[in-house]
Amino acid sequence: MNHDIYVLGIETSCDETAAAVVKNGKEILSNIVASQMESHKRFGGVVPEIASRHHVEQITFVIEEAMNKAGVSFSQLSAIAVTQGPGLVGALLIGVNAAKALSFAYNIPLVGVHHIAGHIYANRLVAEMKFPLLSLVVSGGHTELVYMEKHGKFQVIGETRDDAAGEAYDKVARALNLPYPGGPHIDRLAQEGKATIDLPRAWLEEGSYDFSFSGLKSAVLNTLHNAKQRGEEIDPKDMAASFQASVIDVLVTKTIQAAKEYHVRQVLLAGGVAANRGLRTELQKQMAKLDNVELVIPPLSLCTDNAAMIAAAGTVLYMQGKRADMALNANPGLELE
Amino acid sequence: MKILAIDTSNVVMGIALVEDDVVKGEITTNIKKDHSTRVMPAVQSLMKHCGVTPQELDLIAVARGPGSYTGVRIGVTIAKTLAWSLNIPIVGVSSLEVLAANGRYFSGAISPFFDARRGQIYTGLYRYNGTELECIKHDRIVLAEEWASELKARKEAVLFIGTDVALYKNIFQRHLGEYSHFAPAALQLPRPSELAFLGKKKEREDAHAFVPNYIRLAEAEAKWLAKQEGENKHGDGYSISIHDVK
Ligand SMILES: [Zn+2]
Repeated sequence: MNHDIYVLGIETSCDETAAAVVKNGKEILSNIVASQMESHKRFGGVVPEIASRHHVEQITFVIEEAMNKAGVSFSQLSAIAVTQGPGLVGALLIGVNAAKALSFAYNIPLVGVHHIAGHIYANRLVAEMKFPLLSLVVSGGHTELVYMEKHGKFQVIGETRDDAAGEAYDKVARALNLPYPGGPHIDRLAQEGKATIDLPRAWLEEGSYDFSFSGLKSAVLNTLHNAKQRGEEIDPKDMAASFQASVIDVLVTKTIQAAKEYHVRQVLLAGGVAANRGLRTELQKQMAKLDNVELVIPPLSLCTDNAAMIAAAGTVLYMQGKRADMALNANPGLELE
Repeated sequence: MKILAIDTSNVVMGIALVEDDVVKGEITTNIKKDHSTRVMPAVQSLMKHCGVTPQELDLIAVARGPGSYTGVRIGVTIAKTLAWSLNIPIVGVSSLEVLAANGRYFSGAISPFFDARRGQIYTGLYRYNGTELECIKHDRIVLAEEWASELKARKEAVLFIGTDVALYKNIFQRHLGEYSHFAPAALQLPRPSELAFLGKKKEREDAHAFVPNYIRLAEAEAKWLAKQEGENKHGDGYSISIHDVK
């Protein structure tokens, strides 16, 4: 490559307004995130209409910050990559329309990016990808095992049939009266407690890489409810530890199985739940038993929603010739292909 | 001076390119199809036909609401991104004021309105004073029945303008009788060129800080504020933190 590729990424699929500039798909020049978490805390969860309103307030400012911090001009941009879906439709629309306006104003090629492709490509900002690879994507909205044989080609080999792991975390956290967002609190409590409570693990059919967490969630709620009826007390630390052990057991076991079956060279952890200490530790432990398979876990700031990951994925798609036009739309139910 | 005007605040989508006192072109549709896939192609096509590049624009005018929350956000997001990136000013005009402009040769009061569901409308009261359009009752959301009886008390002719006339004609007629007048179909659609000319006279705003006028708080926020008031707490206890997480 004799000239550098600069890509501006824009991400507004949920409650973070984010923009970033990435060089050659690997080097972060800026990665700006305006977090609305404090606002949504008031409601105990993300309110779509409020999220959309905040995105409009922040969008141009965040993009400007990203451009300034990167020290890059519009004419230097090879492409603009924007999250097209999945996510909250009203929220996605802000990023998509801002990206289109900017693309039009300076005649910059536009690329639509799948949010999960972004999460996976966050890893490329840490280490070069080695194919074939397997990515475990775990976040508030997703629990998926994605197999990649080469750049830009995604094959979902397993996904959740009901709740995403992150959703189960939030619901269990609420039952334990932990503040929003609950995931990090459960992770913290789990470190202090013991996995003494017997909870189910949904393995599903033999050979399936799909997940299911609603049974586990119900089991937690029932156990808490029954104990309360009997006037017994359950230590929230032990419940957190038991719940987390069940989730992690299933996630890690299926990931290892798939890594073996597909003979991958690399396993990538992706998505907000990748910040979970329990998951990181267990995955590292089990992966150490596999020969010649590298495990990559991005730093926390790249696991949660950000735009550098969208720019990283967008760079690859741009190089492969993918383009969007002015009719690009937000697609809340976009499939990863 | 070249002005690009964008209105996606309601069902009618309008784009106009105005140069000084000349309307170079307009695109207006009145179909219930999503704006997101159609606005930028319309902008692109209109500017191409008119032979104007984005860099030649001097001002962006946008209808800032009231209307559909999602619709108004699409127009505002595009307008503020264009204005900021092209380093030109942005102006916002009330979506109702744009519609009221269609009543130019009417001597009484003008009530532009959009259906806001459950018997409610977004409306305001306007009047032409010579060539100047004045607002005499500010934009609001109100029950059509309530609005009609308020107007009746004024005992003057009122021109109702909007594509939702059929939904409320009976109510307005019942209250206002011969004082009520209704714009014909060709004048029911807000014209984006009027938006451009009205915008020309408005105060320039900072693109970053530019936001829609929703008229209403988001439902969750209104409930939350009411609860805070009940508990005698302060209203706006949150901030948005911006970080470079590089
Ligand atoms: Zn995400």
